[in-house]
Amino acid sequence: MAALEIHNVRKEFGNERVLKDVSISIDSGEFLILVGPSGCGKSTLMNAIAGLEPVTSGNIYIDGEDVTWRTPAERDIAMVFQSYALYPSMTVRQNISFGLEMRKVPKAERVAAVERVADLLQIFPLLERKPAQLSGGQRQRVAMGRALAREPKVYLFDEPLSNLDAKLRVDMRTEIKKLHQRLGTTIVYVTHDQVEAMTLADCIAVMRDGHILQLGSPDEVYNNPVDMFVAGFMGSPSMNFIRATLEAAGDGYALRIATPDEDNVLLPWPSERNAAGLVEQLNKPIILGLRPEHFSEEDVRLSEQAEGTLMEAKVSVVEPTGADILLRLPLGEQEITARVGPKCAIAPGERLSLRVDMARAVLFDAETEKRLA
Amino acid sequence: MSESTTRTAVRPTASGWLQAWLPRLVLAPSIAVSLFFVYGFMLWTFVLSLTSSRMLPSYDFVGFGQYSRLMANERWWVASTNLMLFGTLFIVICLVIGVLLAMLLDQKIRQEGALRTIYLYPMALSFIVTGVVWKWLLNPQLGIQAMVQGWGFESFRFDWIVDSDMAIYTLVIAAVWQASGFVMALFLAGLRGVDDSIVKAAQLDGASLPRIYWRVVMPCLRPVVFSAVMILAHIAIKSFDLVVALTGGGPGYATDLPATFMYTHAFNRAQIGLGSASAMLMLGGVLAILIPYLYSELRSRKHG
Ligand SMILES: Nc1ncnc2c1ncn2[C@@H]1O[C@H](COP(=O)(O)OP(=O)(O)O)[C@@H](O)[C@H]1O
Ligand SMILES: [Mg+2]
Repeated sequence: MAALEIHNVRKEFGNERVLKDVSISIDSGEFLILVGPSGCGKSTLMNAIAGLEPVTSGNIYIDGEDVTWRTPAERDIAMVFQSYALYPSMTVRQNISFGLEMRKVPKAERVAAVERVADLLQIFPLLERKPAQLSGGQRQRVAMGRALAREPKVYLFDEPLSNLDAKLRVDMRTEIKKLHQRLGTTIVYVTHDQVEAMTLADCIAVMRDGHILQLGSPDEVYNNPVDMFVAGFMGSPSMNFIRATLEAAGDGYALRIATPDEDNVLLPWPSERNAAGLVEQLNKPIILGLRPEHFSEEDVRLSEQAEGTLMEAKVSVVEPTGADILLRLPLGEQEITARVGPKCAIAPGERLSLRVDMARAVLFDAETEKRLA
Repeated sequence: MSESTTRTAVRPTASGWLQAWLPRLVLAPSIAVSLFFVYGFMLWTFVLSLTSSRMLPSYDFVGFGQYSRLMANERWWVASTNLMLFGTLFIVICLVIGVLLAMLLDQKIRQEGALRTIYLYPMALSFIVTGVVWKWLLNPQLGIQAMVQGWGFESFRFDWIVDSDMAIYTLVIAAVWQASGFVMALFLAGLRGVDDSIVKAAQLDGASLPRIYWRVVMPCLRPVVFSAVMILAHIAIKSFDLVVALTGGGPGYATDLPATFMYTHAFNRAQIGLGSASAMLMLGGVLAILIPYLYSELRSRKHG
């Protein structure tokens, strides 16, 4: 049975439609990530799940029960806020046990719960402090502690790490992942950071303008995006969108990328990936999507076995990141990014042979931006 | 900049000198005036309180004789007890009403701006106007009592203003009417400053609305309560115009406050020495409230 089910939820603020027919269903113990640009309605959806904002229409079920019109307290949900929202006048201990106290949990159990949470998050030394005396990372921990003190059916995290510095964010990300693996709780987690989304999620919902564009596993969303928005949003550096023309080649297809000064680049489309809709796009402009890692530098020693198509281009910028090198190469009307190994010795201005992994390439309709193949 | 040029230049230029001294020259008269009229007169009052001055100031020193006369004066004690009673009730009721109004206005209601202005409006009136209006309202022959009796409730009585035991409460009513809107504005600003998500967190924690206010929001407003008490205490001690306009200190001297006591004795009853002594005690009262306030303000400012 679904731990959380959102059914055709709409939310309007006056005339502004913020959520448009959102439907999501996740199983118990799943980690769902809502990701999308800022202002797309992620927090609004969270508030709707929590019961902090009434929905305009639609239903929300928790553990199979319709909770659409229940108060936040009756829904048995805990939430971690972006601003942490710790009670400033209470100590960390009181902050953590407040929810239990309000639910009339006996004192002894409250004390035990605080101990358990403090142990889990290693915040024992902070228990008697006030929030103002804590650092950002410590506040974040306490905010999580407050959510973990109760054992609600669903946890909501609204951009919990976005106020932390980069290093702490990576550490906390790992800790949240461990915590989830250990406790097996159902979590809905909002972020606009696609790395966080990829690393934490069992299931990702990509949102835009109040719509859910795609709901699927991180692998699906990353490798099988439904449209150009999802493809461009997930992954960093983002996917290259290359304008090309679809042509017939033998009994299959090929993509021609027009380059003004020299011969056009022709990339054959792998025949096993032919899709029904492609025939209508013949000789029309089309968008070829290739992620930076779908390019690799041609290695003479391996060229016999290596798969993929060769392509030549001039390098304009070389950006070593340490683990690998990002190359910027003008190709036709656009500039593409390719990710190559750290040993690749190349200087700006030189020409380079790149191997393109067309088996993982994706095609989009140039007008609707929807996925074709 | 100007200081360093005047110091390093061998012969300071006229314009450099002017630049350095102009601000001081411009400020000097007002500083001198306020030193003289505020602190000078404070000092003079203190000196007078040590003399036997009656109609006109004299310098025939009697030590703290006027103070002991004051302590023995029945009317001074009435005024002091009145101030205690009036001040306490005024502050407490203003706070309670102000907080309640602020909470109600904070519920995202329509026309909030208009309501806020209506509640705040009495503060724009002078205490004299408030006093006169309430004098009419409370007058048994003209005001509320006459109106309700006119509706047929013949036995209805509301004549506190002419009852020497109850008249002090009419001062409280009028003063609360005037100041509670202001307290509401203070609290409303405070409530708006409280992070929204704290309230949301408390809702999810299962707290009811009254509990959210009492346990979570109000503790955040402690500085506002403090400021409000300071301002109200200050208004209470200085209440003079309201008493003059509403009851004139009467019936008898039942609604005298230290300020009216001081005025009556210094200027109407030719007891300048005694009046000065009472003025000094009032100053002491104000300072006793103000100094801890300023101290805590300055300290909190230093700590950021
Ligand atoms: N209380 C509100 N009243 C009116 N509009 C709102 C309110 N809350 C959010 N919105 C609007 O809803 C949209 C989505 O907001 P939000 O859910 O906070 O976005 P996100 O969390 O994805 O950044 C925004 O355009 C915002 O202006
Ligand atoms: Mg948000």
